[in-house]
Amino acid sequence: MRHTLAVLVENNPGVLARVAGLFSRRGFNIESLAVGRTENPAVSRMTIMVEADDRVLEQVIKQLRKLIEVLKVQDVTKEEHVDRELALMKVNAEPAKRAEIIQIVEIFRAHIVDIGRKTMIVEVTGDEGKVNALENALRPFGLKELVRTGKVAMLRGTRDMTTNGKEVEE
Amino acid sequence: MITVGEAVIRCLEKEGVELVFGYPGGAVLPVYDALHDAKIKHVLVRNEQGAVHAANGYARATGRVGVCVATSGPGATNLVTGIATAYMDSVPIVLITGQVPTVQVGTDAFQEVDITGITMPITKHNFLVKDPAVVPVVIKKAFHLARTGRPGPVLIDLPRDVTAAEIEFEYPEQVQLKGYKPTFKGHPSQIAQAAKMIYESTRPVILTGGGVISSGAAPELLKLAEIISAPVASTLMGLGGFPGDHKLSLGMAGLHGTRYANMAITNSDLLIGLGVRFADRVTGTVGKFAPKARVIHVDVDPAEIGKNVQPHLPIVGDVKQVLLTLLPLLSPREGGDWLAEVAGYKRDYPLEYTRENGLKPQYVIEKLSGVTRGEGIVVTDVGQHQMWVAQYFCFKYPRTLVTSGGLGCMGYGLPAAIGAKFGRPEKQVILVSGDGSFQMMMTELGTLAEQGLTLKIFILNNKRLGMVRQLQEFYYDKRYSAVDFSFSPDFAALAGIYGLSGYTVDTGAAFDAVVEEVLAGEGPALVNCLVEPEENVFPMVLAGKGLDEAID
Repeated sequence: MRHTLAVLVENNPGVLARVAGLFSRRGFNIESLAVGRTENPAVSRMTIMVEADDRVLEQVIKQLRKLIEVLKVQDVTKEEHVDRELALMKVNAEPAKRAEIIQIVEIFRAHIVDIGRKTMIVEVTGDEGKVNALENALRPFGLKELVRTGKVAMLRGTRDMTTNGKEVEE
Repeated sequence: MITVGEAVIRCLEKEGVELVFGYPGGAVLPVYDALHDAKIKHVLVRNEQGAVHAANGYARATGRVGVCVATSGPGATNLVTGIATAYMDSVPIVLITGQVPTVQVGTDAFQEVDITGITMPITKHNFLVKDPAVVPVVIKKAFHLARTGRPGPVLIDLPRDVTAAEIEFEYPEQVQLKGYKPTFKGHPSQIAQAAKMIYESTRPVILTGGGVISSGAAPELLKLAEIISAPVASTLMGLGGFPGDHKLSLGMAGLHGTRYANMAITNSDLLIGLGVRFADRVTGTVGKFAPKARVIHVDVDPAEIGKNVQPHLPIVGDVKQVLLTLLPLLSPREGGDWLAEVAGYKRDYPLEYTRENGLKPQYVIEKLSGVTRGEGIVVTDVGQHQMWVAQYFCFKYPRTLVTSGGLGCMGYGLPAAIGAKFGRPEKQVILVSGDGSFQMMMTELGTLAEQGLTLKIFILNNKRLGMVRQLQEFYYDKRYSAVDFSFSPDFAALAGIYGLSGYTVDTGAAFDAVVEEVLAGEGPALVNCLVEPEENVFPMVLAGKGLDEAID
C-alpha cells in the first residue's frame, strides 16, 4: 500500500542525503519526495510517498526516527489531510490544436503559462489523480516534457505538525 | 583565545578522556600540535584501522567512550572498517578526523575524501564542522550521542583551517538535541504485562544480548533468572552478562550455539529477549525460531523491535531500567519440570569434541578457561577460533569478552586487545586469534611492543582459513578454494623480532607445559598453537534449518 509520510527535519546540509541514503540502503522504495523549508527556517519538511506493507512501513518510520536530525515523522495516509502536487507539461500545440487543448485545460482548472511556436506549457495543481488524468488527456497531442513536484501534504483542521513547544518528537 | 585544536583537547579532558589512539597527518596537524602539551596520552598505532579497533577494545572493556584521531583522506578511509565494526556492535567511540581546509572541500584536493558521506550508514551520527565557534558544542553532542541510548560511533570531521582558527573556549554543561530523546524507562503497563506473561508461562527462556552488558544490567539479569527460575541463553555479544558457571546458564545460542540452548529456545513457551536484536546468527531460519513461544522483546532501540522477530510484547527501554521496574512485580517461583527437562538437554547433548592425538583447538580454549578460572579479559578475532572461545571459555563477568560480533571483522583482535589492556591494565588480557585474522593486523605488534603491554597471544594456527574451509566442506562439496596458506611466517620467531616471548606447540602436553608459565610471565608473549587443521566447529545449523536441527 502507498503511504504518505510527513517528516520534519533540521534544516542542515546533508540531511536529505541521510534520508535518501536510509531508503536506498534498507531497500525501501521512495515513490516521490518533496522537500522545502517550513514556517520555522531552521526546520525543513519532507513529504515522502512510499510503497510498503505495514511491517516495512513500521521499519521505515522507526529508522527515520533514529536519524538524529529527524524531528518528527507522521504517516498522514489514514488521517484527514489535504495533499497536492504541481506539474508542468510541455505539450505539442500546433495552432490548429490549441483550442482543443485550452478546452481540456479549462476542464481541469489548469493554466497555460507559456506558448511557443509549436508548444504550450500547462501548469496544473491538484491531487495525484487529477494530475494523472490531465496527463492522460494531453498525451494524445504529444507530451514533450513532464515534470512533477511530488506530493506535499498537510493535516486538516487545527491539528498541526510543528516543532514548537511540546510538539517536538517524543 | 585558544586554537580549536587546543579546544578539542580541552573538550576531551572535560569528558574525562585519558587516552586516544591515533595517527597524525597533514590535515590534522593543529590537533596534534595541541596534543604535544596535553595530559592525555596518545597511542600511536601502525594503521588507522588499528586505532579505531583499539578504541573499540578500550570501550568494550571499560564501558567508557573510546576516542581516536586520524587525518583526512586515507587516514579517514582506513577507519571505515573499524567504524562499521563499532556500529554493528553498538560500541561508543568518538572519532576525530582532519579534513582539507574548507575552501578546498569539494575540489578533490590532496588527501580529500568525503568521510561524513562515506560513514553516514555506519555512524550513529557524524558532523562536518565549518564554523570554529561551534566545535566544543559539537564535541559535547558527539560524546552524548556516543554513550547514551543505543551507543555507537560518532565521527567529527574538522577542516584544517577550522582547527587552526582561534576561539574563546567555553564547554557547555549540557546540549540539546531536538531530534534525539532515547526512551530510557520502559512503559509501566507493558512491564506489568511482561510480569503477567512470565507467570502464565511454564517453559520460559531468557535470551541475553549485548544490551545487557552496555546497560550494566548483569546483576538485575541474575536476579530475574533466579526469581523466575528461567534458563539463560546468550548471544555472542551477550556472553559474560550472565555467569557461565551458573546452573541456569545455557551458554551461547545460535548457528554454532550449544544444542541445549537451542533446544530450550525451540521448546520454550516464553522467550524473553533482553538487549538483543535477534540477529540471523542467533535465529537461524526465522520461521522456525522459537515456534511455540510468546516473545517479550526489551531493547533501547525501537527500530530493533519487530525488525527480525515479531514480538508479542515490545518494551522500548534501557534493559537495566526495565528490569529494575519489573523485578519488584515478580515473586519467586520454581522451575519444576521445565528445568528438569533443560537439565536433561544439557546431560544428553553436551558440547563435545574427540580428544585424539595432536592439539585440539577446543582443548586450548578449555585449558585457558580452566587456568584463568574465567578471570581476565579474552579478546578474539573472527572465525573458528572465535566460535570455540564462545563455546568453551566460561565467561563469568560482563566486559570480559571482546569480539567483533555483528560485522565479523577479521583483524579486530590484536588492536582491540591493545585497547582492552590500556583500559584494564590490572587485568590479564588474552588474545585468541587465528592465523588468518592475525595476519590481517599483525602490523600492530609494533604498537604492542612500543607500549610495553603485557598481552598474551594464542594463535590457533591451522594453516588455513578454517571457517571458510568449513563452509566449503558443507556447502561446496569440499571444493576448497583459496583457503590454504602455503606460506605464513613462523609466528613465534616473528614475536621474537618484536621483543615478545614466542612459543610453538603442537600437542596438548606441550601446550600444558607452557600455558601457565606464559600467563604468569611478565611482558607480552605469543603462543603459536599448531592445531588440527580440519577441525570443524560443531554444532552447526545449516542454512534454511531451524536451531534444533543442528548437525555435529
